Amino acid sequence: MTPDGDEADANTVSERTTERAPSDDPETRGRPTGSATMSTVTDTQPTATDPGRTTSGGTGERVFRGLTTGSGLVVVAAIALIGLFLVVQAVPSLLANNANFLTSPEFVTTDAANLRFGIRDLLVVTLLSSLMALVIAMPIGMGIALFLTQYTPPRLAQPFSYVIGLLAAVPSIVFGLWGILVLAPAIEPFAAFLQTYLGWFFLFAPGNLPVLTGTIFTGGIVLAIMILPIITATTREVFAQTPRFQVEAAQALGATRWEVIRMAVLPYGRSGFIAASMLGLGRALGETIAVLLVIRAATSPSTGSLFDGGYTFASLIASAASEFSQPLPTGAYISAGLVLFVLTFVVNAIARVVAGGKVNG
Amino acid sequence: MSAALDAPERPAAPATFRNVSTARKIKDRLATVLVSLAFLIAVIPLVWLLVSVLIKGFPAIVSADWWTRSLSGVTPDEVRGGVYHAIVGTLVQAVISGVIAVPVGILAAVYLVEYGRGRLAKTTSFMVDILSGVPSIVAALFIFALFVSIVGLEQSGFLVGLALVLLMLPVVIRNTEEMLRLVPDELREASYALGIPKWKTILRIVLPTALSGTITGVMLAFARVMGETAPVLVLVGYARAINFNPFEGNQASLPLLIYTELSTNPSAAGQLRIWGGALTLILIVMLFQLAASLISRYSAISK
Repeated sequence: MTPDGDEADANTVSERTTERAPSDDPETRGRPTGSATMSTVTDTQPTATDPGRTTSGGTGERVFRGLTTGSGLVVVAAIALIGLFLVVQAVPSLLANNANFLTSPEFVTTDAANLRFGIRDLLVVTLLSSLMALVIAMPIGMGIALFLTQYTPPRLAQPFSYVIGLLAAVPSIVFGLWGILVLAPAIEPFAAFLQTYLGWFFLFAPGNLPVLTGTIFTGGIVLAIMILPIITATTREVFAQTPRFQVEAAQALGATRWEVIRMAVLPYGRSGFIAASMLGLGRALGETIAVLLVIRAATSPSTGSLFDGGYTFASLIASAASEFSQPLPTGAYISAGLVLFVLTFVVNAIARVVAGGKVNG
Repeated sequence: MSAALDAPERPAAPATFRNVSTARKIKDRLATVLVSLAFLIAVIPLVWLLVSVLIKGFPAIVSADWWTRSLSGVTPDEVRGGVYHAIVGTLVQAVISGVIAVPVGILAAVYLVEYGRGRLAKTTSFMVDILSGVPSIVAALFIFALFVSIVGLEQSGFLVGLALVLLMLPVVIRNTEEMLRLVPDELREASYALGIPKWKTILRIVLPTALSGTITGVMLAFARVMGETAPVLVLVGYARAINFNPFEGNQASLPLLIYTELSTNPSAAGQLRIWGGALTLILIVMLFQLAASLISRYSAISK
C-alpha cells in the first residue's frame, strides 16, 4: 500500500460519501487518532454534517476498507510477482545458455551443462497459428456480432448468443481432442488442395512435417473456433451500445440495413471490435493444451509455412512439464514462459487502451 | 371539381419516396447473406464437436462404474473402472481455488466499486484486465517457480488450486463488479440516511442485493477453471486411484486423465476413456453454467 495512494483514496471517498449522504447525523463519535494525521492534511471541509466522516473513521470501517483494498492489491501484487519470479528463475538459465536466445531455432535442455535454447521457432509458430486464427475469426466474429445485434429479432437474439456462448464453455482439451482426431483428418483434402495449387506462396509451401494433419494450419483453425466466442461477445456488447439516434438518423435518410451498419454501427464499434480481436489474440497466443494436442512436433526447424509442425511457447512448456526437475533446464522453459507473459501483457494492454473504457475484458 | 375526381394518369411531381436502387438492394441482400452465413459457420464446428463427443463418449458414461469407481487396478486395455478419481480431483482442486479466489475476488470488486479512487484503483482495474489475459500455463509456471523451485514443496493438487486462483480471480472480480454497479444508489443513500456506516451498508445492503449476480459470476468462474489443463500438467502427477488429499501425492483430474490416456494408451479402451472423460468434463462444466444462468434468471436486481 503506497502512502500517497491511500491518502488520495481516503480523501476522495469521504468526499463522495458526503455527496451521497447529506443527512443530519452530527459528529457524535470522536474520530480515532489513527486517521487524524492523514485527515488533517487532506480534509478542509467542516465535519458537523458529515456522516461519511464519522463512519469512515470507525474500527469496522477501517478494517473493512483495509480488507477490500488489500484484496485489490492482491491482484496488483500477483502480476508483479508473476513477472518477478519468472525473471528470477529465468536469469540463471539465460546466462548459462550457449545459443542465442532470440535467434536460435534449437531448444535442447537435456544436458544441464550445455543448454542450447532459443525462441525463434517458438515465436514463428506462435505468431503464425495465432494470426491465422485471428484472420479467420475476425470477419466471422464481426459477422456474428452484427447478426445478433442488427438482424436477429430480440426474442431470438438471446438463445442465439447462448449458442455462441456454448463454444466458450467447451474446455480447451476437448477442442484439442476433437481438432486432432476429428477435424484434422476431415480437412486434410482441403489442405492438400491448398498445397497443390497455392504451394508457390510461402504460407502454403510444403512444411517440415511428412503429413498434412496436425499442422499449424489445423491448429489455426481450432484456435479460430476457440477465440470466436471471445471476439463475438465483446463486439456484440459494443455494437449493441450504438446510439439509437444515430441508427434512426440513418434510417430516416432512407438507408438500407447494410447502410445503417456501415454509417452508424461500424464507425461506433470499430475500436471495440479491434479491442475484442486483441483479447482473442491474447487468448490464442497463450492457448496451451489444444495446440499441444493438435500441432505435431517437428524434427527440423520451421520453414515459415502453415503446413509446418512445431511448438508454440505454451505447448513447449506443457510438453516438457513432466521433466521439470533440474533448475537450469526448467529455467529455460520459464524464460520461454516469461516471453509469453510479456507478449500477452502487451497485447492485453493494447486491447484495453484501444477500447477506451467501452469494453470490460 | 371533376378534375380532382379524375385519377391523374401520372404524378405531377416525382414520388417523395423512391425505390431503393438495384445496386443498393443487392449490397444489402449480400450483407444479410454473409452475416447469416457467419453465424452458421460458427454453429457448424460447435454441433460437429458436441455430436462427436456425444457419440464417442456416450457408451462410456452409461455404466454405473464410470461415475463410482476409479481406474485403480484396471489395465490400460480393459473396459472397466471409471473416472470417479478424476471427478474428485477436479472438484477438490476447484474448491481449493474457490475458497481463496471467491472472498478475495468479491472484496477486490467491492474495493473497485465502493472505495477505489485515484491511481491505485486505476492500476488495480488495469491489472485485473491483465490477469484475465494471463495464459494458464504462465500462471502454472509462476506457481511452480515460487512454490516448487524456491519454497521446495512437492507437486500436489493444492498447488493446482493456487494456480487456478489466478485464473478465477479476474472472472469473479469482473462479474461482481458489474453486479455491484447495478445496485441503485438510492439503496446506499437510504442506508446512510439512517446513520449506518459505509462498511455495514456494503455488507448488509449492497452485497445482499447483488448476491445472485455474484453467485452467477462465481459459477462461471468455476466452469472456467475446471476445464483448465495446463496447471495440472505442470503442478501435479496423475494417479489412477482416488486421492481426496490435495496436499499429498498425485491427484487425477478429468483433463489430466484425458491427456494421460491420449498420450499413453492407444487401445480401444483408452479411446473410450478419452471421449468419455471429455463428455463428462463438458457435462460438469455445463452443469455449472446452467446453474449460473438459472440463478441469474430468477433473481435479477430489482429496484
